[in-house]
Amino acid sequence: MTLLRFTKDHEWIRLDGDLAVVGITDYAQSQLGDVVYVELPEIGRRVEKGKEAAVVESVKAASEVYAPVSGEVAEVNEAITADPAKVNADPMGKGWFMKLRLTDLKELDDLLDEAAYQRFLEQEQH
Amino acid sequence: MNDVSLTGPIASVTGNRGLQIEEKLIFEQDSPGRCGVDLPEPAPFLSRLGGLARQGVIGLPGLSEPQVVRHFTRLSQKNYAIDSGLYPLGSCTMKHNPRLNEKLARQPGIADIHPLQPVSTVPGALELMDTLAHWLKILTGMPAIALSPAAGAHGELCGMMAIRAALELRGERRSRVLVPESAHGTNPATAAACGYMVDPIPANDSGRVDRAALEAKLGPDVAALMLTNPNTCGLFEGEIIEIAAAVHAAGAFFYCDGANFNAIVGRVRPADLGIDCMHLNLHKTFSTPHGGGGPGCGAVALAASLGRHAPLPWIVHGPDGLELLEQGTGAAELSLGRLKGFHGQMGMFVRALAYMMSHGSDGLRQVADDAVLNANYLRAGLEGELSLPFGGHCMHEVLFDDGFLKDTGVTTLDFAKALIDEGYHPMTMYFPLIVHGAMLIEPTETESKASLDEFIAVVKRLAAAARSGDVRRFRSAPVLTPRRRLDETRAARKPILRWRAELECREAAE
Amino acid sequence: MRYLPLTERDREEMLAALGAPSIDALFAEVPAAARLDGPVGLPRAKGEIEVERAISAMAARNVVAGSVPFFVGAGVYRHHIPAAVDHLIQRGEFLTSYTPYQPEISQGTLQYLFEFQTQVALLTGMEVANASLYDGATACAEAVMMANRVTGRRKAVLSGCLHPHYREVCETYARFLGFDLATQDPAPGDEDLGRLVDRGTSCVVVQNPDFYGEARDYSGLARVCHGAGALLVVVVTEILSLGAIRPPGEMGADIVAAEGQSLGNALNFGGPHVGLFAARDKFVRQMPGRLVGQTADLDGRRGWVLTLSTREQHIRREKATSNICTNSGLCALAFTIHLALLGEAGLVRLARLNHAAAVAVAERLERIPGVRLVNRAFFNEFTVRLPQPAADVVEALAQTRVLAGVPVSRFYPKRDGLADLLVLAATEMTTPEDIDRLEQGLREVL
Repeated sequence: MTLLRFTKDHEWIRLDGDLAVVGITDYAQSQLGDVVYVELPEIGRRVEKGKEAAVVESVKAASEVYAPVSGEVAEVNEAITADPAKVNADPMGKGWFMKLRLTDLKELDDLLDEAAYQRFLEQEQH
Repeated sequence: MNDVSLTGPIASVTGNRGLQIEEKLIFEQDSPGRCGVDLPEPAPFLSRLGGLARQGVIGLPGLSEPQVVRHFTRLSQKNYAIDSGLYPLGSCTMKHNPRLNEKLARQPGIADIHPLQPVSTVPGALELMDTLAHWLKILTGMPAIALSPAAGAHGELCGMMAIRAALELRGERRSRVLVPESAHGTNPATAAACGYMVDPIPANDSGRVDRAALEAKLGPDVAALMLTNPNTCGLFEGEIIEIAAAVHAAGAFFYCDGANFNAIVGRVRPADLGIDCMHLNLHKTFSTPHGGGGPGCGAVALAASLGRHAPLPWIVHGPDGLELLEQGTGAAELSLGRLKGFHGQMGMFVRALAYMMSHGSDGLRQVADDAVLNANYLRAGLEGELSLPFGGHCMHEVLFDDGFLKDTGVTTLDFAKALIDEGYHPMTMYFPLIVHGAMLIEPTETESKASLDEFIAVVKRLAAAARSGDVRRFRSAPVLTPRRRLDETRAARKPILRWRAELECREAAE
Repeated sequence: MRYLPLTERDREEMLAALGAPSIDALFAEVPAAARLDGPVGLPRAKGEIEVERAISAMAARNVVAGSVPFFVGAGVYRHHIPAAVDHLIQRGEFLTSYTPYQPEISQGTLQYLFEFQTQVALLTGMEVANASLYDGATACAEAVMMANRVTGRRKAVLSGCLHPHYREVCETYARFLGFDLATQDPAPGDEDLGRLVDRGTSCVVVQNPDFYGEARDYSGLARVCHGAGALLVVVVTEILSLGAIRPPGEMGADIVAAEGQSLGNALNFGGPHVGLFAARDKFVRQMPGRLVGQTADLDGRRGWVLTLSTREQHIRREKATSNICTNSGLCALAFTIHLALLGEAGLVRLARLNHAAAVAVAERLERIPGVRLVNRAFFNEFTVRLPQPAADVVEALAQTRVLAGVPVSRFYPKRDGLADLLVLAATEMTTPEDIDRLEQGLREVL
């Protein structure tokens, strides 16, 4: 079962077996502009829901990527370190940032589903 | 005015365009052993370098004087400057840099004196610094001036450190600093660096800080409010005295970012507004040259409660004349310490003092008057074509937003780049952040009416062109400059920050 | 008024265009209590003749370094600046331009800063350098803060032989910006700083040549630091020394914080000068200050832009790596031009001239009874121990118009053990007559 959720800070999280894949949304990458650099956490690091887990930089902005849920970093996507443009090209797919081993599945409950995130975006833009 | 044809330039053999000449890096013009300075060879002597003599080649190129002069002359010809034309950068105060100031700064009695020669041999230097401080005290109404900060941001750091020192002396732990959302990025950066949590205050519909929101955020844990006045929208904060009173009632300090002092110099004293601490940019209001990015000077005016924490060194009036206090003892025992090596930016002190003496108290007041008049003249001239987010007149700078570009496909950035082709440096863009696609224009008082009329005419023509759908002109701009738009993404993804012999640093597109 | 182009007629026409009755109307928002009715209590406008007279009178009260035998150094050095430098920096397109935020019309500034960054990297033996900071002392403080960021630690060890102003600036920053310093005793001599390094240390800061002029090899200390996961920061106050002695990059330094004043920039009573900052490539994103990077434009032509700006305050606001907004632009240009004129051969020869001058002075002073040279090795500056308080000697010699150096007690007035130490510098500007007068003066006073 793949569960896809979103945060109001424009991160997405997709459950993939017992790991959760995290990235930034298409809206986030278009707001940032060309991504020039990403700073990914170390494998094994514990991240906390709502706290900074990674940094993504474009020419005109630098943004924190917050962990949508708490967990341990199991894998990071070296491909975007080598080629940050992947984040712009395929933010929901090849542009993923990290995979977390979750500790508390209930933390997913207050995240937005796809429809709610779309509604949130429409509100944001007004 | 003629329309410029936007078909590309004629290709020359060299790639040069008349007076605009391509110039390689000095490293690409090396001839080993060649030298542009003739120096004698010392007589043989016994080295005392202790076995640390440098081995191997450093890698510096050798050029003659004619080549070096030509190199840097050609480079200079690729720069826009105040000397070339109007530089409408909001909050930067790009006024004329008087040449008298350059002459005086080069007098041997100013340029060829060392900060550590015996103080008894430099009474004139102390006198100059003291005189400058005196002028700044009278203009600000504040009793103390810290001269040593090297730039505006450095002055902000000085001010916030003085505030923290004062609070520590009181034995109070306050953790928050209030900063308007319209503030320049250095304000929250400085507050955060000093260990404070930054609490933003929104603006109201008239572009001023929301006083109710501000007062609601005041409390015993607020250390300071950092405000810019006139603010970054170019508007005077009319409720500033009430705001100051509220800040003081809460036991906090009132820091003012003095970047916009040009609007009120000689007309208003910051002390009369209730300000405790204000940095001045000598390279803005007081005409010291921007020099392509520096050096500057961010002298700080301080109220008595903060003046005793001023950074070293202090110049004080002693029984036998001026004294230089270099230690944090005696009268200076509460000083926050040293923020910079030696005694401060003397080269900027003399230029600023010469500027102030040239204008005098009457001339300085006229500076503010003309600066505000010029900005309002631009506002009136452009308000039909461009869109104003806030009504009423402005102070020394006028803020437009990108409403007038709606549905044209032209962004603020594109508009600014088209202005470059017309022979102007763009205005400040996308700042302040509280307005969409901001364009902040500050002409300063050293622009003539004719210069302003020309600028108004050009901007109106461009606005009309944008609305008529001539998108290509804007998206491709600039085309008439030494370089067209540069790939900043590539520069950041694969940084090349120096020349290397091994690398292909030559002209090559991927 | 010569700098104000608006005439009274212009003002009237413009006010009419605004529909404003007077200029005062434009200041209506100023609260009545704060409105000044007339000019403040300062002198009125003056023409060039009067201003020049007033400033010249102040200047004339100072003893000019070039007019006397001059041996004052301690972080600011008197060198010859080729005539072309000052002419070039006064070109209006350099003098009166702004930060190169619009690269299409700032390629002049951007190209010379790229050349400057390269020169600084080459001189220091490091991989990357920024486009300058305010001065050496603030560069030193910024280096410590960068080491803290890189290592995630917050305690730095400072050599006691670091220039006292540099140490004091670090202390101010440490106190208010929230990190710790372990400072050592300022007496001259070798230190065992390696012993103080542990897994809580972010960096060790040494100066080479140090405040007393002593030159050392810090390779061993670099290894100790790296073994503990700490960085080595090397400070250089006399940048010309790198024309003669091994650079910090070859000793294992991770960050170099230096003062560039000796190239292209006059004494100026201590400012403006130019801070140099260089580091290893892998730390580049933690570097403070501006960086210029190479790229291409839409036509594929090589050009330069400010880059990696997202570290800076105007984008990251609270999260910036530092609050620095300015570099030392024109002073960096003067440095670049001077070094371009010198080139490899000229710099090496100039450095040799400096060392030769200092050796000549040291040899003469060593022969004076009671005067002892403290240094084993030095470049163009060294320290002597006198049989009397150095401050008194310096003042006595100043009366005879000889500026004999800096007494250490000027920086450490409470340290009796340092009161007999005098720091002297000699450069390519030092003449045989200067040395004669110094020796003669010292023999008379001592």
